[in-house]
Amino acid sequence: MQQQYEAGRHPDLPPPLVERGAVKWVRDNFFSNATSIVLTAVAVYFLYKVVPPFVEWAFVDAVWDAHHRNECRAKGEGACWAVLRARIAQFTYGFYPAHLYWRVNTAFVLLFIALAPLLFEHVPGRRYLLWFSLAYPVLAFFLLWGGLGLEPVESAKFGGFLLTIVIGVTGIIGSLPLGILLALGRRSRLLIVHTISVAFIEFVRGVPLITLLFIASTLLNYFLPPGTYFDLLLRVLIMVTLFASAYLAEVIRGGLAGIPKGQFEAADSLGLGYWKSMRLVILPQALHISIPNIVNTFIGLYKDTTLVVIVGLADPLGISRATLADSKWQGLSTEIYIAIAVFFFVSCFAMSRYSLYLEKKLHTGH
Amino acid sequence: MSAQEKSMSVSDEMMIEMNGVHKWYGQFHVLKNINLTVKRGERIVICGPSGSGKSTLIRCINRLEEHQQGEIIVEGTELTGNLKHIEQIRREVGMVFQHFNLFPHLTVMENCTLAPIWVRHMPKQEAEELAMNYLRQVKIPEQAEKFPGQLSGGQQQRAAIARSLCMRPKVMLFDEPTSALDPEMIKEVLDIMIELARDGMTMICVTHEMGFAKTVANRVIFMDGGEIIEQNEPEEFFANPKNERTQLFLSQILQH
Repeated sequence: MQQQYEAGRHPDLPPPLVERGAVKWVRDNFFSNATSIVLTAVAVYFLYKVVPPFVEWAFVDAVWDAHHRNECRAKGEGACWAVLRARIAQFTYGFYPAHLYWRVNTAFVLLFIALAPLLFEHVPGRRYLLWFSLAYPVLAFFLLWGGLGLEPVESAKFGGFLLTIVIGVTGIIGSLPLGILLALGRRSRLLIVHTISVAFIEFVRGVPLITLLFIASTLLNYFLPPGTYFDLLLRVLIMVTLFASAYLAEVIRGGLAGIPKGQFEAADSLGLGYWKSMRLVILPQALHISIPNIVNTFIGLYKDTTLVVIVGLADPLGISRATLADSKWQGLSTEIYIAIAVFFFVSCFAMSRYSLYLEKKLHTGH
Repeated sequence: MSAQEKSMSVSDEMMIEMNGVHKWYGQFHVLKNINLTVKRGERIVICGPSGSGKSTLIRCINRLEEHQQGEIIVEGTELTGNLKHIEQIRREVGMVFQHFNLFPHLTVMENCTLAPIWVRHMPKQEAEELAMNYLRQVKIPEQAEKFPGQLSGGQQQRAAIARSLCMRPKVMLFDEPTSALDPEMIKEVLDIMIELARDGMTMICVTHEMGFAKTVANRVIFMDGGEIIEQNEPEEFFANPKNERTQLFLSQILQH
């Protein structure tokens, strides 16, 4: 006998519209119960109040082409992005000589070529590119500071995003190996190594970065022999690197503590010895566990680079100060700060995405 | 294995010598006056209640634990604080752990080739061929490219045995190799160990698998309270335990 079904209940039929696709998703996520309905309504109202005016201000009524603020205001009600167009060179390069911009640009492009083999495994010719990555810091130094036949540029001329990237990238790349060594040192059974590591970490971590920057800019002069000149930016780079390395050391120590004792024993029992077992067995796992925290530290460091404005370096905030002081562009702080925020957000978001990618790639199903 | 078969592979060459070894954890006296010699090709099973010091004893042989008194000589080299000697001995002494301790970030193949490449400086290809041979011997060649986390417990333990064998050790130490396994996986690991014994490997096993002890051991050692209480050939050991504590222990574990 053939079985009878109610209309629309035949098992071969697709589920009804309200039980599948967009309709169901919207219902489940926005209208599943009374609280959710209220929250949805509030959120929609809020977005309605905020988004359209912002879009109008930032895009529809915005002025891209003007020579000063008053011309902007005359042309439209919205954002005066013209200020960015007028000052883009300063925001990017600071006071770097204009005819040498190509050196900065080259260094910037080469940075990506140098980073690619470090960040990604499947880069064509990775083996050779890694040698380039190794040589890059020296290459970048000569490109930016000059020397070897290139016209020298004082670091006081560095500014804007160039400065942020120089400090950020140097800090990140320099602090990772140093942080690893400090973390290992702190766990060391050798009393002197242990004590020095602990003292360094606790001192550097216990002092605000600003203080270290002041030490770099002023106090250091008292310790150096009179007459020696030691580039301010280099001093700041060293301080930022040391500061970040102390934080990283603690982060990595946390990762090391998470490695089961059996891993150390297995490595030992194979006769690997301390450095090889660290390098091949322990650190790959410890760094893997620590990725979210390491990237967290890096993002913090990157944003902390804005503090260098206090010792007189013209990072983007320093440049914006100068721009706002200019009578032609007074009062446009909103536009400028939004632009700087976008720059930092894009950089930090990229780092955060990369860390997720890395975690996923390294996951081996344990 | 028959008694004759068992004794055949044993030579007079001394592999391990422990003379008057003592060890303390703080105030706790874990090893008391241990005297033990192991000849090349000999297979020894150590049993005893938990906390009796059996694991500590074998872990002293490759210096995962440090002894405080007495001497331990492995293949003519005495274990002292000398790091060079320790590493030299560790190269020749393989160890299999209760919890496998495979390296989770490396594939089974990489687990096996790591030490041959970095410690023995073997070319990668040669190391891989060697590893494949041992993976075949432990019957998991098809798992070579997987990560340890993707294998069953029994497969992981066999991979761990292969990893140890890749260093071509002269002695193998087994620290309760089947205690962490589900019952249905114990046999597959024991079978590999029996095969290894047949091939003449010098072995010291801490285990409660008495069937295994009867099959392969030349000598069974019973430990309690940090001392070697009794040692004998397995037939004699199981049939006529002399010491009361041994009798009690055997009655407890053989009941079920």
